[in-house]
Amino acid sequence: MTWSLLFHALEQGLVFGIMALGVYITFQVLNFPDLSVDGTFPLGAAITAKIIFAGGDPFIAILWAVVGGILAGGLTAFFHTRLKFTNLLSGILTMTLLYSINLRIMGKSNIPLLGKITILNVIKGWFPQLSLDQLTPILFLVVVLLVKLLLDYFLCTEIGMAIRATGDNEQMIRSLGVDTGVTKIIGLCLSNGLVALSGSLFAQYSGFADVGMGIGTIVAGLASVIIGRSIVRNRGGIGWMTVSVIIGSIIYRTTVMIALRYGYRLGFQPGDLKLISVLLVIIALTFPLFRGRIKAIVTTNGSNGVENK
Amino acid sequence: MRKNNHSMLVKAFFGITFVVLSLLLMSISISAQQLKIGVSQIVAHPALDACRDGFVFGMEQAGYIPGVDVSYDFQDAQGEFSNAISIAQKFKDDQVDMIVAISTPIAQAAAQVTSEIPIIIGAITDPVAANIAESWESSGNNITGMSDAAPNKTQLELIPSFLPKATRVGTIYNAAEANSVVQVELSREVCQELGLELVEVTASNSAEVLMAAQSLVGRIDAFYIVTDNVAVSAFSSIVKVSLDEKIPIIVADPTFVPEGALTSFGIDYFTLGQKSAEKAVQILQGKLPSEIPIGKLEQPEDLTFMINVDVANRLNLHILNELLDEADSIVFAGTIWNRSE
Repeated sequence: MTWSLLFHALEQGLVFGIMALGVYITFQVLNFPDLSVDGTFPLGAAITAKIIFAGGDPFIAILWAVVGGILAGGLTAFFHTRLKFTNLLSGILTMTLLYSINLRIMGKSNIPLLGKITILNVIKGWFPQLSLDQLTPILFLVVVLLVKLLLDYFLCTEIGMAIRATGDNEQMIRSLGVDTGVTKIIGLCLSNGLVALSGSLFAQYSGFADVGMGIGTIVAGLASVIIGRSIVRNRGGIGWMTVSVIIGSIIYRTTVMIALRYGYRLGFQPGDLKLISVLLVIIALTFPLFRGRIKAIVTTNGSNGVENK
Repeated sequence: MRKNNHSMLVKAFFGITFVVLSLLLMSISISAQQLKIGVSQIVAHPALDACRDGFVFGMEQAGYIPGVDVSYDFQDAQGEFSNAISIAQKFKDDQVDMIVAISTPIAQAAAQVTSEIPIIIGAITDPVAANIAESWESSGNNITGMSDAAPNKTQLELIPSFLPKATRVGTIYNAAEANSVVQVELSREVCQELGLELVEVTASNSAEVLMAAQSLVGRIDAFYIVTDNVAVSAFSSIVKVSLDEKIPIIVADPTFVPEGALTSFGIDYFTLGQKSAEKAVQILQGKLPSEIPIGKLEQPEDLTFMINVDVANRLNLHILNELLDEADSIVFAGTIWNRSE
């Protein structure tokens, strides 16, 4: 695998890492299986594409995309906390209605952004000595780290603690006088805002927005969260958790790239792509298990020596 | 006083009922003169939208002005096959005069629901394989229209003439789309005949296309993109890789040449829609659908040969003058120049 391919996988891992952080907030922190993500990812892309295509400022476009995501998250929260729908249904409703909303926003199914002024072009203008290939991973790394640090900080504030407590033990935190409706609204808004930000950046990076681009977002997000957690495991603080989610996302995208690139050499058919990526994910997930075994074998073999001491 | 009030209410009620009823009757008498055509497509998509617009344009050319002679009911199943059936049922319930079914699942759904209302198909690759027609010459039922079977062979033959040194061709498609699988299988055979190697990768949604394109870099000398819904939805991603890595794109659908492909010799979906409208007009003139053969755009005069000179320059490619002379339209300096002009 060439370096440029690894860098492309890294870039996408970082962009989708922001989405995975959003999924982490709902699924892990808030313990709320939020499926709106499949709609808010293309929503972010749609809003961004609409504004940039009309010649608007890409930064403003990102801002509006995030606002759109927050509103969509708010809608899911409204369904759940005020209309008392179950959490799964609330997410499904938002996800489904966003398909039509996204079509409305774009006015058609697909907006190409090639040759338009995206955030990448603007920042390239600030650093003329760097090529776009060098700049893209750096930019995405900076954005992801910024999001991660802000999120870490937020989850340690009083509201952040209340959100975490809502996910851990809703009964308990309610008995302490916290309105869990409010913590859920904040958590969902934040999560979907991040997912829309991810969609916005991906649209500018890949050069298009399309209504169909959200399908399966939640699967990739969950896979990233779980891979990351199993590899980094419980090393303690929130900071480690968020890092592990980003690493999980990078690993997930790299496995897809490996599957695309080398699947055919192992005699797989093109349609087997999903199967290969799942196999690679399984390998990534069981890796810590093997590492534990190997360690166990090494220590038992070495234990004689230790005893002799 | 109270009684008086009551009788006024009764009067008002009858008054309103009369107005509403007369409005209803008026609207029925208007729609009786107007043709009602239900147009349904599986998903909003540049090619399918062009086919729809081409149909409306073709009808207008034949003298059926929208809103005057004909009223359209445009429907979009939003990618869900179950919606396709519901839409067909709605059309039947509305007693439309004709159904325009764009894409295979829509046509199958419409054929399932009605065997009386004429169905004009548009953008269906193989109506016989899709089991909606007995043969290309005569469907044997209420169906006729146009197929969008892409002339894959003609297109792949472009590669040696444009890129004599090319040996490896890469394609990206969604393995879940039957139309694409058929085209890729055919392409594989044609490539073998031409001494080319076809490298295939798949993507199951438009967000995955970019990575699929990136994974082909270094393994291929040219992209060949069939009429696959997922790949063309993310065409900009493929163009991005093409321009960055200097790998030209040959595309089955000429609509995408101005968007950054090098060349195409294929079906223009707008023309396809227009040709479907010609079939519709024949039915309106009294022919039965089974008497009208299902058409294909195969003749070179129906196909569009398009070259993007801007892209060739950016890829540092030299295009032979004979090819430029043959082209129906050329993209140069950001503008599309048609031969006829």
